[in-house]
Amino acid sequence: MDTMRDRFNSVAASLLEDDPKTVLVFAVIGHGSLEISDRFGDRVIDVGIREQAMIGVAGGLALEGFKPIVMSYTPFLIERPFEQIKLSLTHQDVNAVLVSVGGSWDAASSGRTHLAPEDVALMSTLPGWTVHVPGHPDEAEAAIWEAHQSGESHYVRLTVDSNRSAHETTHGRIATLRRGSEDAQTILAVGPVADAALDATTGMDATVLYTSVPRPLDARGLTAAVTGTDVVVVEPYLAGTSVSQVAAALSDRPMRIRAVGVTDPEMQHYGSPHELRAAHGLDSEGIRRAIERGITQIAV
Amino acid sequence: MTTTNHLADARSIEPYGYDDLFRFMSMMTGDEKHSEAATSTLDVIWTLYDRVLHVDPLDLDHPNRDRFYLSKGHGPMAFYAVLAAKGFLDPALLPQFATSTSILGHHPDRRRVPGVEISSGSLGQGLALGVGASLAIGLSRRSGRVFVLVGDGELDEGSNHEAIALAGRLGIGRLTAIVIDNDSAYHGWPGGIEARFSVEEWQTAVVDGRDHDAMFEAFTAAHPDRPLAVVARVGRKA
Repeated sequence: MDTMRDRFNSVAASLLEDDPKTVLVFAVIGHGSLEISDRFGDRVIDVGIREQAMIGVAGGLALEGFKPIVMSYTPFLIERPFEQIKLSLTHQDVNAVLVSVGGSWDAASSGRTHLAPEDVALMSTLPGWTVHVPGHPDEAEAAIWEAHQSGESHYVRLTVDSNRSAHETTHGRIATLRRGSEDAQTILAVGPVADAALDATTGMDATVLYTSVPRPLDARGLTAAVTGTDVVVVEPYLAGTSVSQVAAALSDRPMRIRAVGVTDPEMQHYGSPHELRAAHGLDSEGIRRAIERGITQIAV
Repeated sequence: MTTTNHLADARSIEPYGYDDLFRFMSMMTGDEKHSEAATSTLDVIWTLYDRVLHVDPLDLDHPNRDRFYLSKGHGPMAFYAVLAAKGFLDPALLPQFATSTSILGHHPDRRRVPGVEISSGSLGQGLALGVGASLAIGLSRRSGRVFVLVGDGELDEGSNHEAIALAGRLGIGRLTAIVIDNDSAYHGWPGGIEARFSVEEWQTAVVDGRDHDAMFEAFTAAHPDRPLAVVARVGRKA
């Protein structure tokens, strides 16, 4: 199966072809794997290893009516130039599509400098951004298209993980993957941890919901789908990031909301992405243990 | 020193000149900590709007207009005064400076103030925006130029040096950086501020930041296929 990153490359090429306002902005990372016709070369801008300039240049392009798509590794796209995202995009009232690769554990062997489980939390502090955490290459492709066509500000978080199949997530709607009893606890899985959440709750009385758009969360869909009093958010980034959105959506009823996510961003655990993910407790076994313990995880 | 903006003159909407700027600035109080920043930029901004920029207060979004980015957003009283003198702002708004209902803050907001191209205040944002806008204007086959005003102290921000190097490598001929040099950089600029730009293949000039004719010559000098940096010296903490 191809990867989310493969899909980015093909979608980006199509968008350059279809929309003359599309401009791709890179800081070296990601540029080399693109196959772009020379006809569109002047709308592919590589600023070198200058991430602040990468976002600033995107802001300038957007001020002039272009639709920049900016791509890099997660920490270099979101964390290093965060003030530029805040001021050179959001505060200027202009829009861009930011596409990251790497997420919380893809670069396990590279260590802390190349990992950014805090990205969704950071982006959630800025108004007007839609955050996509696709769980399958098909969802990633749809998210990038939707983000670009909207003309608004979107952050699309690509990873090497993939669920076994894509889920219907049109316009960020919450999907029901498994329905439990009326009193069952609800598991809300975000993006590529959905299969693990399904596997972890096999044999439990649990309703498993799915979203690939944690911000803004489909509050109406969540309100309708949750019937019990317990919700566990399983999120492939900093634990607790999406809890406030869930709490706000369910504020009309007494609830217990817990989070299962990355609790130790400083964890040094080289190896494969799968191994680091398991070390964070976000494989099926870890998720099951966390659900059975019934305690809230908080990032430290 | 006072000359006339032909665009505004043609529409008879510009009754104000250079001498009015001081009266306008005195109408804005409450940001005295940035008064040096305001007075240091006054002559540069006036010269740009009076003699250099192709801008029109009656057609703010003209695609071929020149863009002026006040990256050094501190002390915008001079900027507001010039905008008022040139017909972008009603001078009656100036006494409301930074009051709760005013559109005029201690840093300019492009969403609220007519003629303001970028919102600024946090130093080090404007040059990269100017690089992106310059590239966009080129992609659109339009004719506008981009002028970014930064301070010598602001140049300490590392983000500027990413943009300076990038603009030099890309040879962006429609971009001009104007550095107000009032000796504010904490550790100074050994070799001169202009050296930081010339090493990145910018064309450079150093002028008296109070000499309108000299600045006009510098701002309008030909610099095809390379960006232009003009260091405008205005004296220490002027």
